[in-house]
Amino acid sequence: MAVAIRQPGWYRAAIGTIIGAAFGFGLVVALRAISGLDIFQTEQTGYPHVIVPLITAPFGFLIGFGAFDYWFRWAAGKPTIPEDHSGHGATRWQDYFKFNTDHKVIGTQYVVTTLFFFLIGGLLALLMRAELAQPGAQIVAANTFNGLFSTHAVVMIFLFIIPVFAGLANYVLPLMIGAPDMAFPRLNALSFWLLPIAGIIFLASFLAPGGSFDAGWTGYAPLSTGAPLGQSFFNIGVQFAGASSIATALNFLVTIITMRAPGMNLWRMPLLVWANLSTSLLVVGATPFVAGAQFMVFFDRILGMNFFNFLEGGDVLSYQHIFWFYSHPAVYIMMLPGFGIISEIVSTHARKPVFGYRLMALALIGIVVLSYSVWAHHMFVAGMFSWLRVPIMITTLLIAVPTGIKVFSWLGTLFYGKIHTYSTAMLFALAFIITFTIGGISGVMLGMIPIDIHVSDTYFVVAHIHFVLFGGSVFTIFAGIYHWFPKMTGRMYDERLGRIHFWGTVVCTWLTFVPMHWVGMDGMPRRVADYAAQYGDWNLLISVSSFVLGAVQLIFLYNMIVSWRFGPKAGNNPWRANSIEWQVSSPPPVFNFDEIPRVVGGPYEFGTPGARHAIMGGEEADVPEPKPTTVTAPS
Amino acid sequence: MTRLPILKLVLATIVFGVIQSVILLQFDWFGGSASTAAGPIDTLLDVTIVISSFIFSLVCVALGYALIKWRAKPGDESDGLPIHGNTKLEIVWTLIPVAIVLGLAGYSWAVLNDIEKKEADAIHINAYAQQFAWTFGYPESGDKWSEGEVHVPVGEQIIFDLQAQDVLHSFWVPEWRIKKDAVPGLKTDVVVTPDKEGTYQLICVELCGIGHTTMRAKVVVESREKYEAWLESLDQEVPDDFLKTVDQYREAQAKIEEKSGGIEGSGVTEVTGDEEE
Repeated sequence: MAVAIRQPGWYRAAIGTIIGAAFGFGLVVALRAISGLDIFQTEQTGYPHVIVPLITAPFGFLIGFGAFDYWFRWAAGKPTIPEDHSGHGATRWQDYFKFNTDHKVIGTQYVVTTLFFFLIGGLLALLMRAELAQPGAQIVAANTFNGLFSTHAVVMIFLFIIPVFAGLANYVLPLMIGAPDMAFPRLNALSFWLLPIAGIIFLASFLAPGGSFDAGWTGYAPLSTGAPLGQSFFNIGVQFAGASSIATALNFLVTIITMRAPGMNLWRMPLLVWANLSTSLLVVGATPFVAGAQFMVFFDRILGMNFFNFLEGGDVLSYQHIFWFYSHPAVYIMMLPGFGIISEIVSTHARKPVFGYRLMALALIGIVVLSYSVWAHHMFVAGMFSWLRVPIMITTLLIAVPTGIKVFSWLGTLFYGKIHTYSTAMLFALAFIITFTIGGISGVMLGMIPIDIHVSDTYFVVAHIHFVLFGGSVFTIFAGIYHWFPKMTGRMYDERLGRIHFWGTVVCTWLTFVPMHWVGMDGMPRRVADYAAQYGDWNLLISVSSFVLGAVQLIFLYNMIVSWRFGPKAGNNPWRANSIEWQVSSPPPVFNFDEIPRVVGGPYEFGTPGARHAIMGGEEADVPEPKPTTVTAPS
Repeated sequence: MTRLPILKLVLATIVFGVIQSVILLQFDWFGGSASTAAGPIDTLLDVTIVISSFIFSLVCVALGYALIKWRAKPGDESDGLPIHGNTKLEIVWTLIPVAIVLGLAGYSWAVLNDIEKKEADAIHINAYAQQFAWTFGYPESGDKWSEGEVHVPVGEQIIFDLQAQDVLHSFWVPEWRIKKDAVPGLKTDVVVTPDKEGTYQLICVELCGIGHTTMRAKVVVESREKYEAWLESLDQEVPDDFLKTVDQYREAQAKIEEKSGGIEGSGVTEVTGDEEE
């Protein structure tokens, strides 16, 4: 037992959590006693004896869990314990519950954890839809309802979509570029373990007096600065989720820039790598803004600062500017990795090189640059300086151009290909192209100020975000999970169940989110627990479809879990793909490669006899670099 | 390599696009209209719908054609043609969208200027938003007040000066097509010229707390005579609790203006609009 407590692990983590919480609690009590204040301040925005332990306990957990052992020893000048790599890889399910520095284990941890939060977020949405099935208040109280949609959005954004992409990329990206691991494996593991902490904090807010945070995921001041305790849980949770995001993005940047296999120049990187390079640029640049915005709200709440208190000279609108300066790039953080996934899948299953590869890569970079200049289109009716609206409208509409290039290029990739649709991954990729086009079009409409003035803050906006985040991001996530499932588990999923999941998801996505456009344009505001009777029928359809949509996801889970355990062996390269991750075994060896591969050509050299992307270690080493024969399409 | 049946594909895109546009234009998407802004905005929406229909049609036709024409037969392990791109085509599908979106931006800008043009003789009405009610002041008629209901004359331009008492709210009458947030500490306004008599609903569309769902007010558009009669019928009394809020507000304003030396454009100006003219 004594050994178990000294070793990093769950015992020490539990003790660390308790010590951390006790330290925070004691600190508050002591400081308030010294200052002659009430020991327990329980005004609704206060509760320092709850808030401070909420910050210190996670650090206690991480220290106890062993996240900092190596760094502490290094910093203290003690001999570090050299890693014998016995912690790498996972042989038992328990290995996934350790501080593991193997990028493949971390990738799996990410994907499984985020899918868990996907379920939670989905259940919150279904509760909301149950309330909204009929006009009038039936199931939940108004403040609970506000808590439901706020938590739904926060869980889906911060604990599902953003990190699940990080998880998929964590698994496949180092393999794709021929690297043995990520650049900073310990930081990588820390990034992952920050995530469940954020999730627990978000969900624990339901236990707070006054209920969960209920000012929307946007948490606009001054509603958020005066909201009950739960709002502080949001402020703090975002810090952990954001730190996780930033650390991972830094890790990706360094990995992509410095650890590519010899021969893999920029124009030989698979588009998924390009996509994660772009996403990471957005994350490191923008995420600090949301962290800052939440800190400012937090300080307003518990330290009585007045960033957003207009009575003391604060500026209410500045919250929205800072918040959206992150949160608009964030929608591209939630979309660009998906673009990368679709490029891989469409090219592989159409047996053709990605059409206009270089323009595809440049379009990603174009989106990165432009996305920093469009934040204020969320504020066309917010009362900001009116001169800012037209320039922002122009950049907003222009960002549709690189996005359009991507759609056209995927279509171009299909032409003259050999399109295989047996894989559920490809089905989701094709459905994504159509569904995302709708989301893109409604995005352009929202970018046009006169239309936006009418539809902003209505269900039209809800429809748009769900078309791009569910019909967009989530479809690409499903596509990605199906595509790399055989690589990650070594086993094949059931394509028949995959098809049922696919058709159920596509049909219900449309039935759920298309009518939202209509009721929104006709005058139904968003974020309401009750609505005019005239929208009752459409809302009933939306609710019923959303329940079926939720139920269909259980098929997906069943398929994944059962196939992981019992599925037939997949083989190394079931899709006959070219990129490097498919040239190693499934699942890949613990250290990925015995010998680093040598990259000799582009990643999508389908149809060129003898063309190779990479030469793996142990192969005949002097294969000449082939010249791809380019055929130009007749116009 | 077979040549593409460009003509047939273009034709299919046009036919499908026309069918889509015709169907979509059958509906009044934005619901009933009751202001002069509704016409230009609805026309802008219709134009956007037609353009979008053709773009969506293009994507569907291209995807559908590719799937019919190049679907691999089971067991076919060969690859597609090694086409890496076509610079001319890529330039075209970059520049055409640029032209389309710039066109839409220009058109939107023109519509925006049109619907926001303020007239010198517009009627000013103060709209006070608080959790969870709307109250209105008529500064040009002896600063009269009404709660939860506002009357305006038809055919005249109204400028609602918005003032939030506590948190953000938003002023929206769907039939008027206009919307603006009421921001604590900031003077915002909405311009509207109602052109149809009737009773409408003013909806708060910015999440403002527990009662957000129920924060509505009645808007009555009526003839000039009836409007004046309504103003006459108002008594001057203002609810006590509401006055207090306004006083606090004015006090705070004075404090800020003192501090900032009343810098113009500092985002904080006088709020009730009943003096200084």
